[in-house]
Amino acid sequence: MRVPSGPGAPRGRQAPRGRAGLGRLLTLAALAVVPVLALGLFFVVPVSGMLARGLVVDGVVDPGAVLEVLGRPRVHRVLWFTAWSASAATALAVLLGLPAAYVLYRLDLPLRRLLRALLLVPFVLPTVVVGVAFKQLLRESGPLGFLGLEESAVAIVLGLAFFNVSVVIRVVGGAWESLDPRPGEAAAALGASPRQVFRTVTLPALRPAIVSAASVVFLFCASGFGVVLTLGGLRWSTVETEIYLLTTNLLDLQAAAALSILQLVVVSVLLALSARLRAVPGGASRVVARPRPVRRGDWPWLGATAVLLVYVGAPIATLVAGSLRVDGAWSLGNYRALGTAGSEQALLVPVTEALANSVRVAVDATWMALLLGGLVALVVTRRSRGRAERRVRGALDAFFMLPLGVSAVTVGFGFLVTLGRGPVDLRDSALLVPIAQALVALPLVVRTLAPVLAGIDDRQRQAAASLGAGPLRTLVTVDLPVVWKPLLAAAGFAFAVSLGEFGATSFLAREDRPTVPVVIFRLIGHPGAMNYGMALAASVVLAATTALVMLAVERLRVGSVGAF
Amino acid sequence: MLSLREVSISYDGVPAVEEVSLDLPDGQVLAVLGPSGSGKSTLLRAVAGLEDVTGGAVVWDGRDLAGVPTHRRGFALMFQDGQLFHHLSVARNVGYALRLRRVPRAQAARRVEELLELVGLSGYGERLPGTLSGGERQRVALARSLAVEPRLLLLDEPLSALDAGLRERLAGDLREILRAAGTTALLVTHDHEEAFAVADRLAVLREGRLVQEGAIGQVWRSPADTATALFLGYARVLTGPAAALVVEAAGLPDAPALAVRRSALSVDPAGALAGTVRAARDTPGQVRLVVDVAGVGEVDAVAGLERPPAPGEAVRLRVDPGRVAAIPG
Repeated sequence: MRVPSGPGAPRGRQAPRGRAGLGRLLTLAALAVVPVLALGLFFVVPVSGMLARGLVVDGVVDPGAVLEVLGRPRVHRVLWFTAWSASAATALAVLLGLPAAYVLYRLDLPLRRLLRALLLVPFVLPTVVVGVAFKQLLRESGPLGFLGLEESAVAIVLGLAFFNVSVVIRVVGGAWESLDPRPGEAAAALGASPRQVFRTVTLPALRPAIVSAASVVFLFCASGFGVVLTLGGLRWSTVETEIYLLTTNLLDLQAAAALSILQLVVVSVLLALSARLRAVPGGASRVVARPRPVRRGDWPWLGATAVLLVYVGAPIATLVAGSLRVDGAWSLGNYRALGTAGSEQALLVPVTEALANSVRVAVDATWMALLLGGLVALVVTRRSRGRAERRVRGALDAFFMLPLGVSAVTVGFGFLVTLGRGPVDLRDSALLVPIAQALVALPLVVRTLAPVLAGIDDRQRQAAASLGAGPLRTLVTVDLPVVWKPLLAAAGFAFAVSLGEFGATSFLAREDRPTVPVVIFRLIGHPGAMNYGMALAASVVLAATTALVMLAVERLRVGSVGAF
Repeated sequence: MLSLREVSISYDGVPAVEEVSLDLPDGQVLAVLGPSGSGKSTLLRAVAGLEDVTGGAVVWDGRDLAGVPTHRRGFALMFQDGQLFHHLSVARNVGYALRLRRVPRAQAARRVEELLELVGLSGYGERLPGTLSGGERQRVALARSLAVEPRLLLLDEPLSALDAGLRERLAGDLREILRAAGTTALLVTHDHEEAFAVADRLAVLREGRLVQEGAIGQVWRSPADTATALFLGYARVLTGPAAALVVEAAGLPDAPALAVRRSALSVDPAGALAGTVRAARDTPGQVRLVVDVAGVGEVDAVAGLERPPAPGEAVRLRVDPGRVAAIPG
């Protein structure tokens, strides 16, 4: 039936399409190559090297060993504790986070921006500091010592929830803020009481955000390391700390690898689930409802938020108070001692030097995370033509989320076992720690930038192109004006995360070049009141630094920071 | 000259446009008219280079454009909602393409001023797009598109986002501006009023296929089929004996089907058709009736305002041959 209209027509049907499609794929590949290589070399290789250590026995792959490990009673206890402590902490975080999300994003409250920023601080607070703060609060001589919760499972759940409540607030608050108020008003006009409106209209609309937040929080809780290690003592162990104990203390690499594999599988499933449930990304086109004045009916919400503030504030206040006391008297002695290496040879270098080191490392990690994260965000949000291209972009998106849930301990240890061999020996390189931290921060950078880029109406880029702007010029005209603030915010976020990173750093930092979290952990592990006081002071300094950075980030008013 | 040669476009194997061939001579304005989902926007995007053609070719002056990226085609694209760059002032939006081409500053400023005058927005240069009304934004978008003196201007439902009165005014302006600039333009729209107000030629697209193409008056006078007639704004299509009766009353040659405008039948004591008024409704210019005509059934008709017939009243109707169109089988 079809008759070619001219001599050129049949050829024109196939060849040009191939050319155009190839060009697009090449651009995609060129943009993706740096991040893929980086993640491959510094994440996939170390992690698989670590796993191979456990799986390959005398040159033979032995999966039976994994099953043997998973059958051990102690492993069962660890898995069970991980599951229930993470579930309990997630439930607590959601319960505490929901009212605060409403109050801080929907109500016209004075200081709500400051409060939002402060409540984001626990998330970037070094896990070790959180551990120390709760220890200080709950130990026998502490303000809540009478509860007898020191080294209890409850303490761990409290610590994990403290750490993650800000995720719930950010994610749910962001969704709540951009919720169209009109359906609720319509329901009210039809005779629904405020409670009914909440139950029948608001809650269903928020459900994707709540589920998404909860799944991410669960992920973080289940792979919590620093908090469990400092609060759990020897009694309680999660999968993550167990991997640490198995590799460093017991040298049972096979068991560690088995647990890592299990963790990898569970994390991948959870990530896939949360990606599916993730609320529609906001971005430039997002409508933000104007906060409304506080009404009488809001008091329960405000009360719950006050409870949350006490919950978040008490450990920090105890921490600050503890850092200011020496031998039962108020003193700045602990802070003055930061210029020393502690008593009883606790450290090789003074804490101040560790602080300078931390900042240097964080700067390096930040530019790396920004470079990689920016490229990834760009690649995954460009409009796809055709199914194949869409699949490639989707797969890349998922690939770069992996570091979010894979045990930092596994990554850190994997660095040690794999990077010593091969073409480059990076083990002694000053870049090793920044690279590991950049990988930890990478998913957060991507999650901050991608929604913003995806929120730009692609027709803006098309309009620029139709006016003669090439791809680079389009990027500068259309994307950059929208994305520079989120870029800055992501930088601050990555910087704060890097400052507090402990899991991978604890493996990789050399004794003579430690970061502050590593120093803190070492100080609390060493006997001596002075060492403990120094740990408190160093924690306060670290917390204050991250808090300041996050306050600056919050001033940029980027909704996607800390949202997933 | 733009030529589409058997252009087919599919998304993941699902065809959106199938074997469409069209020619657009320089200086003319062609409207591609189609309901939503007809593939008209896809076709426009393919011409702009935003979609890959899966079969056939988009050809400009004899050259196949496959593989030529959007920014090298020299076709300006204007969107339904303008898509102005929000962070740039009106003048900088309009001068955007001039800056890309490194036109000297003074010359560019003069050109921007000219263009703003052309679209009736002199003195708006320093405003930000956020402070403009919808119609003003579309005018700025038009000026921005015209700044490059595009070989071809692509318009994607340029007036649909505006309210009715504004749309009518701007449609007339758009036509004049395009004429004055001598611009070749391809317009896609679902609104036949918009197409009639702006274009010289009309192509009707349905379910991805070209149904009809021609000079605008010719398409209007003889729609290819029933669906096209209804889409072009005819109120009803009569078939069989009903069509024969009305065709005869209109004094037209025999036709199997007849598309009838709402105002094709009017009350006239000397009219050839007889019927009973079922409903009457006042509108500003005339009274709109529904009349049950013997042998035809219920049809629309109009009457003058001076003595409108009441429901139940018997009337005679005259057929205006200029407001009906015969449809081939």
